[in-house]
Amino acid sequence: MIAIDKVSKHYGAFAVLTDCSARVDKGEVVVVCGPSGSGKSTLIKCVNGLEPFEQGSIVVNGVSVGDPRTDLPRLRSQVGMVFQHFELFPHLTIMDNLTLAQVKVLGRDKDTAREKGRALLERVGLAAQAGKHPAQLSGGQQQRVAIARALAMDPVCMLFDEPTSALDPEMINEVLDVMTELAQEGMTMMCVTHEMGFARRVAHRVIFMDQGRIVEDEAKDAFFDHPRSARAQQFLARILQH
Amino acid sequence: MNPGYAFDWSSIPGALPFLAQGMGISLEITGVAVVAGIVWGTCLAILRRSPLRLLSWGAAAYVNLFRAVPLVMVLLWFFLIVPQLLARLLGLPPGTDMRLVSAMLGFSLFESAYYAEIIRAGIDSVAKGQMAAASALGMRPAQAMRLVILPQAFRNMVPLLLTQGIILFQDTSLVYVSALADFFGTAYKVGDRDGRLVELLLFAGAVYFVICYGASLLARAYQRRTRMA
Repeated sequence: MIAIDKVSKHYGAFAVLTDCSARVDKGEVVVVCGPSGSGKSTLIKCVNGLEPFEQGSIVVNGVSVGDPRTDLPRLRSQVGMVFQHFELFPHLTIMDNLTLAQVKVLGRDKDTAREKGRALLERVGLAAQAGKHPAQLSGGQQQRVAIARALAMDPVCMLFDEPTSALDPEMINEVLDVMTELAQEGMTMMCVTHEMGFARRVAHRVIFMDQGRIVEDEAKDAFFDHPRSARAQQFLARILQH
Repeated sequence: MNPGYAFDWSSIPGALPFLAQGMGISLEITGVAVVAGIVWGTCLAILRRSPLRLLSWGAAAYVNLFRAVPLVMVLLWFFLIVPQLLARLLGLPPGTDMRLVSAMLGFSLFESAYYAEIIRAGIDSVAKGQMAAASALGMRPAQAMRLVILPQAFRNMVPLLLTQGIILFQDTSLVYVSALADFFGTAYKVGDRDGRLVELLLFAGAVYFVICYGASLLARAYQRRTRMA
């Protein structure tokens, strides 16, 4: 579904990504972790072309992201993305947040879009909030709406960029629960997250990044039980301490 | 004016219909220039962010040029040079008052440079993540701008746009260079005719003050209300 091949990216002389290769197969859940500044957010943004990259190639659902002839907006409409800071549209109601792109990008009629929106809000437990504006919701609720907004496009895969990092601790689980359910239904997911409990429960594989390189790419149990690199061992020791 | 000057306001009541007519022209110019200035200013602000150098440089040059010359001069150019050209270009009937048309055009083009800067700042005030979110949903850049960025930018900008509108309204008094009978011009003419220039200009000043101060209170009230929302 997602094939990342030898991708490199620089900001001037600074290498953000160096020679990154990874795959996410259909139905697979891959967690990307690593210390801050390791390039994991940049990598996931390269997957739907929000960040350009200079070298290597990324193929999503058979379409090459880096190819200048690729219709990026069309590709992005098939790839769901959830951001650290939710990025709901504050001037629109929750329902309009869910229907805007369905109508304007996919060309669905308003009733179909609203029907879809209602079903998804139901699913993330927020049907009662449809008429409110994002600022009236808690962070956890906003992030659940953001997930529903992405799902409304019927994406072939979902990208999560630190979806719980901006949340208060008591709201993290309500978002992780939605993501877990999604994973169990067989959604292809690539998640940048520090939530190792989620990774342990849900992920099939874990990618560990450090200083712009993919240091480990292992099956979940192998990664947690026997991390090979010293850096991953340090990282796990530090993050599992608390 | 000597210390024993005796004020005589008697020429004002009779002149009120003329003054009202003048105010109509002032408001008409203001209205046209605000609307045209915001529309063209939005285009300029968007062109300035264009990845095509020619477009972004062209828009920047336009904005910098108009912001670097006095408004009176722009009005004179449009009054002296452009009317014949304009009449032919817009296909106006021969009897049209070219002074009004050239004043509207001059103000619109001049003010759009200022509006462009306000709108550019308004667009920048919308968090970058909003553009990313719109793009991630598959919107094209123009769609994201129209549906997501501009509605938020304009909401943030309303007080500034109103303030600029108030300045513009005051500046319409500069059309006296083309002898157009706006509110200020009419007050001046009436005062000159009756030998009561001081009274008429004081009266005109009071009217400008009431309108502009009232509008700025409105702008502030709006700002307070949206900040609480």
